[in-house]
Amino acid sequence: MRKLIVSAPLALAPLFVALGCSGGGPAKAPPAAARAAPAAAATKAEPPPAPLPPPEPAAVQRAVHALNRLGYGPRPGEAEAVARAGVDAWVARQLEPASIDDRAFEARLARLSIPSLSMSTAELQEHYPRPKAAKKAAAMAALGAGGAAVADEPKMKPAAIVQELAAQKLLRAVASERQLQEVLVDFWFNHFNVFAEKDKVRWYVTSYERDVIRPRIFGRFRDLLGATARSPAMLVYLDNYRSVAEGAAGRGKARGLNENYARELLELHTLGVDGGYTQDDVRAVARAFTGWTVERPDGDAVFAFRPRAHDREPKAVLGAMIYAGGEADGERVLDVVAAHPSTARFVAKKLARRFVADEPPPELVERLADAFAESDGRLAAVYAELFRSPEFWAEGARGAKTKTPFEFAASALRALGASYDGGPGLVRRVEQLGEPLYRCQPPTGFADTADAWVNAGALINRLNFGLDAAGGRLPGVAFDRARLAGEGPAADAGALVDRVAGSLLSAPASGPTRATIVEALGRRAAGHADEEPAATHPLLPQALGLVLGSPEFQKR
Amino acid sequence: MVNRRSFLNLSGAAGLSLLGTRLAFGQAKGPAAPARPRALVVVVQRGALDGLSAVVPYAEPAYYDARPNLAIAPPGKGDESALKLDARFGLHPALAALKPLFDGGKLAVVHAAGSPDPTRSHFDAQDYVESGTPGVKATADGWLNRALAARAAGGGAPLRAVALQPSMPRILFGPVPAVAFASMGEFRLKGKAAESDAAARSFAEMYDEAVDRSLRETAGGAFEASKRLQALRAGAEGPANGAAYPATPLGRRLREVAQLLRADVGLEVAVTDCGGWDTHAGQGNARGQLATRLRDFGNSLAAFATDLGERLGEVCLISATEFGRTVRENGTGGTDHGHGSVMFVLGGGVRGRKVYARWGKGLDAANLHEGRDLPATTDHRDVFAEALRAQFKLGSVAAVFPGYEPKPERRLGLFG
Repeated sequence: MRKLIVSAPLALAPLFVALGCSGGGPAKAPPAAARAAPAAAATKAEPPPAPLPPPEPAAVQRAVHALNRLGYGPRPGEAEAVARAGVDAWVARQLEPASIDDRAFEARLARLSIPSLSMSTAELQEHYPRPKAAKKAAAMAALGAGGAAVADEPKMKPAAIVQELAAQKLLRAVASERQLQEVLVDFWFNHFNVFAEKDKVRWYVTSYERDVIRPRIFGRFRDLLGATARSPAMLVYLDNYRSVAEGAAGRGKARGLNENYARELLELHTLGVDGGYTQDDVRAVARAFTGWTVERPDGDAVFAFRPRAHDREPKAVLGAMIYAGGEADGERVLDVVAAHPSTARFVAKKLARRFVADEPPPELVERLADAFAESDGRLAAVYAELFRSPEFWAEGARGAKTKTPFEFAASALRALGASYDGGPGLVRRVEQLGEPLYRCQPPTGFADTADAWVNAGALINRLNFGLDAAGGRLPGVAFDRARLAGEGPAADAGALVDRVAGSLLSAPASGPTRATIVEALGRRAAGHADEEPAATHPLLPQALGLVLGSPEFQKR
Repeated sequence: MVNRRSFLNLSGAAGLSLLGTRLAFGQAKGPAAPARPRALVVVVQRGALDGLSAVVPYAEPAYYDARPNLAIAPPGKGDESALKLDARFGLHPALAALKPLFDGGKLAVVHAAGSPDPTRSHFDAQDYVESGTPGVKATADGWLNRALAARAAGGGAPLRAVALQPSMPRILFGPVPAVAFASMGEFRLKGKAAESDAAARSFAEMYDEAVDRSLRETAGGAFEASKRLQALRAGAEGPANGAAYPATPLGRRLREVAQLLRADVGLEVAVTDCGGWDTHAGQGNARGQLATRLRDFGNSLAAFATDLGERLGEVCLISATEFGRTVRENGTGGTDHGHGSVMFVLGGGVRGRKVYARWGKGLDAANLHEGRDLPATTDHRDVFAEALRAQFKLGSVAAVFPGYEPKPERRLGLFG
């Protein structure tokens, strides 16, 4: 989160050596070209120098692909800028987010002053209390104050925590320069999904994303796994905080083992459902984690180990014997499962599915699993292998993934060059598209394949979203429509459509899409003369909406 | 799939007024009403419903031994006791709304039902319920879609197969076009009529030639179905017969299913789901977390039956969950993933007022699946297959459930 910002050009040179970047390698990405990339990104406010020759179309296509996969899609003109500066250089910088100057975005996020984002869990519980707790506190204050004015600040509703967190997620996806970081935060949160509406998770989820997931996505898998295992969000979401050894001394109600976390740890976080574990393993893992719980759940909610709740007997997990008989039992289980070959394959396949194709090429999955195993689960090494693989760059992989609702919404705003004010309206619109952020109930997280997202109702919702976006009817979203139409008059409807498609798709529209929009403009463009500026064309919003709703914009 | 021409035809004035006429007559009985397809409605309870709480084996001492905190008292022990169905089983008190339907012969219970596959993974088990091929992960389509494909007399209505949920469920994947939407109100292009019609036409043209096949086919069905629904909404009526649906997602969805059925849009299968059944902790007994879910479920189904009135005779609703929960309560006031659970079968032609259960030695330790769970002595597919024969007159279910052989000795006789 609060990483030191290194100026981009300094960090770049060693990086190329370390990564041996794909597609032509370091030779094609000399330092001079590399320096142009941050310049293009960082100097938007300054007047552009003399116009540069247009970049190679093939390079632009690679840039569009990179922006669509490592990020949430190109903004107007961004694909050209990336192509000019070198696609491989851009990819390399994305793999080293600290090398990207994101101060402009961070400053903007700070200016929006969304209160919950920087609060600790204890502060969240205080400022966004349960309605009952808030009432009680107010009553106590009124009683105890003995007439003295208690001018406490008004309390926020707990539901606002998740809404603000979702707004933050949208803001980052739309405007952060560290695009891969944001995609990976989404990926790993989803991998280690928690449901914000279960019990007290709502108060823990901000810290879960910010302090548990975000700082570890480029590190070792084992560290990320361990941090989730100890997080109050996961301990509560999958019930482990209440799981105690069979027969342990309990107060009041009967207490005992709960298998929930143990099973999902094996099935969803590490080995995968066919990874080769049994019901006995589930049971043994659950026993190993007894006593892992949450202290002060209504306050700062920190991890705690309760020796009296722990099952001290030896356990056999996936053939390994665990004798320690204490807090270390759980850590030992995490060591065993993180190092298991099924985990390497499971994580590899999931990454390949996210970044390459719904059914990723098996050879690629195998290589990524090898990279995972050989690097002792260093995730940066796996990403690097992925982004230099021919499968990632293959023609057939381009535009092959269907956007999830969140990806669709974020990419639409980026394509429009829009800004978003962090308000709740847009969050609700994304929920309507079918992806209620931080509120995916099952531990699988949201699906990452097209079949889950392509259906009649979802499609109509997307078309509505696109029309509303283009018409300026999305709450809290602003953009310069005229800029998307280009300077001066367009020669005819076809020329206008080409400009709009160029801005939004960073590529020409398909034949049918182009013909359809040209026809729509022709039918209803009464009163607009071709010599008038395209920016004032009465059907410009409709044209933009049709492009955002087009089949090609649903893909990435 | 739907091509541009059929979309344009349908959107024309003639198409709409024709539809309006049919709608107007839809409520009337008699020769003017067109022949209606019999319909099958499936409600998937995701998360693994505790069948032993929903339909309580109150005659089993082992049940009370295993669940000191969660058990429901036997019938006749006050407000919080089970509602007697027969000498062995009673309904959870939160399902009281279903009791009159059971007593009236419209509702049957199938107990100890589940999958022959022993997985305790929610996701695999739900997949098997929907693919209809337990243990086989490679199946690409869902059994309900295959059933439509196998149905000789099936119509081509754009609303033939509908899922009332935000995403298309696995059970409806397949060659027969199906549409999924979260609610009828959301399922249309917004804006002034002229603008949204123009946009709809443009989108229909674009998607008609989309390279991506699933987008192309989905869109074709979407525009046509949306048009139909808009016409339907114009003449929208509230629930009939004073039916009072709970203000919950399930209540709202079943209300819309009933509305589609009453409007004669050619609906043959409808699917929806409801969650919240994964009660690992704090499950409760006659009151609490699970009771709240059950009350919503029971009240929604009861309202659906009331709403449909006589028409319930043409409809069959089946509920299914991926697996049941451990017989023994766990250490956190809940139950963990188990095996057999319970299904409800409601509607026309159902031989209700009966709990169908191959119960054997019930909850005796020696009888339990893997020593801990209620066994699944009735395959989900036994129930589905009987419903398909009864509702859709399917002679054989071989194409619907590949690898499954309905054995005469396993026949429940749920219909007839």
